[in-house]
Amino acid sequence: MNSSLRLITMFFGLLFLQVFVLNNILFLGHINPYLYIIFVFVYPLKENRISFLFFTFLLGLGIDFFSDSGGTHAFSILIIAYTRLFFIKLYFRKVATEYAFFKLKSEPFGKRFNYVVTLTLIHHLIYFSFANFSLNNILDVFLNTLFSSVFTLLLYFLGSYLFNKTE
Amino acid sequence: MQQIIYFFQKFKYFLFFLLLEFVALFFIFNNLSFHKSKFINSANSITGGLYYQSSNITEYLNLKEENKLLAEENTQLKNLLSKKSVNLDTKHSIVLDTLHYYQKYSFSTAKIINNNYAKDFNFITINKGENEGIKKEMAVINSRGIIGITEHTTNNYARVQSILNKNSKINARLKNTNYFGTLGWDGKDYNTVQLSDIPRQAPIKFGDTIETGGRSTIFPEGILIGTISKINKGNSANNKVDITLFNDMSNLGYVNIIKNLDRQEIKQLEKNNE
Repeated sequence: MNSSLRLITMFFGLLFLQVFVLNNILFLGHINPYLYIIFVFVYPLKENRISFLFFTFLLGLGIDFFSDSGGTHAFSILIIAYTRLFFIKLYFRKVATEYAFFKLKSEPFGKRFNYVVTLTLIHHLIYFSFANFSLNNILDVFLNTLFSSVFTLLLYFLGSYLFNKTE
Repeated sequence: MQQIIYFFQKFKYFLFFLLLEFVALFFIFNNLSFHKSKFINSANSITGGLYYQSSNITEYLNLKEENKLLAEENTQLKNLLSKKSVNLDTKHSIVLDTLHYYQKYSFSTAKIINNNYAKDFNFITINKGENEGIKKEMAVINSRGIIGITEHTTNNYARVQSILNKNSKINARLKNTNYFGTLGWDGKDYNTVQLSDIPRQAPIKFGDTIETGGRSTIFPEGILIGTISKINKGNSANNKVDITLFNDMSNLGYVNIIKNLDRQEIKQLEKNNE
């Protein structure tokens, strides 16, 4: 109960943080962090993934509702939600029996860094490709991906450093 | 049969994932077309209400700019009025002819509660909807120029397709001439829009004013847009010209919505001709 309550708070917390605070940053005119994707990193790893996929889809769709972006956020967050397991197997070498005990913050920093950076880059690349929706400004897509990813990752690592300290 | 059940068992996560992705893609494609965007937008009561609350707080930060705009508009209107003073002074020449008076446009005020300008397909949410008579495809302007076209309405809110949207196409012309072109946006700078298809013989010069053309049923004639900031030399097919907007699209407060009272009649006539 406690953990599901925490997830619900985190769901709405991230949604409103993204929509009312982070979407208005517009650093240098157009660079925004997309911190809501840490929902995918923090959601506990379980054998049954249906609910996980469904909630990430809902979170993405919620952000789409607020930022008038169709379904682009939902589409891109769903891709990293689905491929998460593949990268956990790749970077942390876990098998199915260890899923229940998996905790991202107890893993070594190097592996965690690789995992988070890969998923963030994939998400941002897909998001910006769909937000742009043409092949004319490919360079802009890559630049946006790069800058926004750096911004998101900076916020994530600062945040995780702060919150892990207090616990 | 056993095989099929086994297949679903094995790939259930992947199939669920695919299903959700198709739903998302459906929303994406719907959002890109002007006439179909009904599902995912911020003009519903939940998101609209929340944006209204948040704009109530942030509104105070822009009061200075709003005041300046109002003062500018007042000066403009007073200047217009002073041109008529001769007629107003001579009492006996006032014509009271209400029978032949004919109103073509009606204006109403709304507040912008959510404004996007940094993406490629930008939308604005305003706090007036069907209850106040706002419908689809009405012009949205402020005292400095055009802002967009209403695109989807609910009871209390409406979504506006900003001129900073790659799908936006608005009829525009050189001020005081009849050389007109199509106003669009290339998705790069929020202060600059592009006017294309303007005839080659049109006398375009750096700094010329561009206004709406009045060839559509949405915008009235002669609403300001911006000034020409860059003329592309050479022979390109569409003869594109860069235009710097009078409006600062990143800082918008109150807007006017224009209803064209003749719209039905014009549409009906055009339909008959087809």
